[in-house]
Amino acid sequence: MMVEAFSPRKYMRDLKFPFCPGCGLFSVSDAFLRAVHELGYKDLSKFVFCSGIGCSSWVPSPYYIGDSLHTLHGRSIPVATSVKLVRPDLNVVVFGGDGDIVGIGLGHFIHAARRNADVLVIMTNNMIYGMTGGQVAPTTPLRTKTTTTPYGSFEHPIDAARLAAAAGAAYSARWTTAHPNDLRKSIKKAIQTKGFGFIEAVSQCPTAYGRRAGFKDIGEMLKWFKESAIAVEQSKKMSEKELEKRIVVGEFVQRSRPTLVETVYAMIEEAKAGAKQN
Amino acid sequence: MKSSASNTYFLQGNEACVEAAVIAGCRFFAGYPISPANEIAERMSTLLPKVDGIFMQMEDELASINAIMGASWAGKKTMTATSGPGFSLMQETIGWAFMTETPCVIVDVQRVGPGTGQATKCAQGDVMQSRWGTHGDYSAIALSPNSVQEMFELTIRAFNLAEKYRTPVILLTDETIAHLREQVTIPPLENIRIINRKKPEAEDKAFFGLEEVAPMPAIGEGFNVAVTASTHDEYGVRFTADPSVHTRIVRNINDKIRNHADDIADVESYNIDNCQVGIVSYGCTSRAVHEAVEEAERKGIETGYVRLKTVWPFPEKAVKRLAQAAKKLIVPEMNLGQIFYEVKRAACSAEVIPINKIGGGELIAPEEILAEIERGNP
Repeated sequence: MMVEAFSPRKYMRDLKFPFCPGCGLFSVSDAFLRAVHELGYKDLSKFVFCSGIGCSSWVPSPYYIGDSLHTLHGRSIPVATSVKLVRPDLNVVVFGGDGDIVGIGLGHFIHAARRNADVLVIMTNNMIYGMTGGQVAPTTPLRTKTTTTPYGSFEHPIDAARLAAAAGAAYSARWTTAHPNDLRKSIKKAIQTKGFGFIEAVSQCPTAYGRRAGFKDIGEMLKWFKESAIAVEQSKKMSEKELEKRIVVGEFVQRSRPTLVETVYAMIEEAKAGAKQN
Repeated sequence: MKSSASNTYFLQGNEACVEAAVIAGCRFFAGYPISPANEIAERMSTLLPKVDGIFMQMEDELASINAIMGASWAGKKTMTATSGPGFSLMQETIGWAFMTETPCVIVDVQRVGPGTGQATKCAQGDVMQSRWGTHGDYSAIALSPNSVQEMFELTIRAFNLAEKYRTPVILLTDETIAHLREQVTIPPLENIRIINRKKPEAEDKAFFGLEEVAPMPAIGEGFNVAVTASTHDEYGVRFTADPSVHTRIVRNINDKIRNHADDIADVESYNIDNCQVGIVSYGCTSRAVHEAVEEAERKGIETGYVRLKTVWPFPEKAVKRLAQAAKKLIVPEMNLGQIFYEVKRAACSAEVIPINKIGGGELIAPEEILAEIERGNP
């Protein structure tokens, strides 16, 4: 059987992405569309995309040929949760950035994982508020210079992939744009996993992050990702101090427990059966 | 509830609201606990699953209103219910709903504010919040019931207006009406008019900002609809700097409400062309007006009133007509003056007198209104 060659254009409107040259979002979108292609989806008619505000939220909307709900800053997850509840037959995918998902929208993120809401959240983590010009984010590494931390950031960053796992996600993995194949494979796995799936893609923002953080070019940023990446298993043997400047990559959780769609629809059936008896 | 005959019940306002919502076709509710709106979520959680509806208690009001956005685009009629503080949290998304033309019903059971205020006490302080709560240019629809029966009727109407005009509709009620228990007659279901959103034809591609209300596809129907509250054209493509696209779309979304203000604005009026004194009221406060007017007439003062069943769009024509006859208008409100200024604007030369009472939830009494009617009318 001939396998059709991958072409992102098959899934995309005839519009150009608005991202800066060298942006990591090209890689994240590519990994996602390749995963979709490899799973045999000829188009995106079985997908619904929800996104918030920020560069990464523009990936599906309106560039993907499919239904997309471009919501408010931080609010993509509750929108996605309800879409999935009404249409359990569709794959609901959230594209968001670190500010969107674990900054302003953190509460929804934790609760969606707790509920095991059947949505896949792909969070591109560029460690900065890129669209607004490079302000410090909850993901910015300690002592990084940004437009609002001219003397270096003074807060500890959030560990989103581990948080998702702790909160109850069915699947959680972190990779970087320097790991495109692993990223694609994890996205494939997450699409096929029932329940709350989380993918953190650590990504370069040369414009708003790299420039001020002292990286000469994109190559340097990717080199940083490659060199600081450490596998989850290996990281378990290391101290907190040793892990300080490392990016832990791999799968943080993969488990099966009743999903929100399953528990809600079971409850509806029970309520209806009870109503008939009365 | 499922009956072809009229049925009479003894219900609380919040309960009547839920019965009506389910009859209107609401099949998705998301909410967050808040007094004095809780009975709505509680009854919804019981009724909805029995009719294949979905009830979700979300983590906060932001999640609640955003969940009903998603469900609305997935094709359901949706509702949330809250009170002043939660209503404030929802305002940004109400702007999203307006800009994306997402039909939904938001119940605001008003309580004493600002801030946490008095959580269980009645007030009417959210009149302006329901009109101007979100940023930017928008036209709100807000309905104000004054009885449990009307809570039922206006909830149905709120869904019908939301569907007809593809817009969020506020059911602006208050703690008194929400917790009041009265007799409610639910007519035979076939006699209740239910409006559903206009669906697109297979070849349609323009779903936003048309001169008349645009057809609304649901996600998953193959229309590849791009929904965004950023400035967008008729096809959902963003134009985040173009003034002409913004003006065209935002004007059209406002005009579909403004140009139909006469269809939307609804009042109950009495003796408005022959009165010396006129009263403009709404919601719980209007319940004292009837008695005050009866008493005034017994004393020989020709009195009339306009009761706003629709607060927004403001029923300007009816108030103007009242102001042409009456030399004095009285506006009782459980706030420090909100609709008062709208009445003043519409009343032109007539004298407009506010009666304001805040805090504690005690209603404005008929005697207080009567005293104001009598002042200067020996």
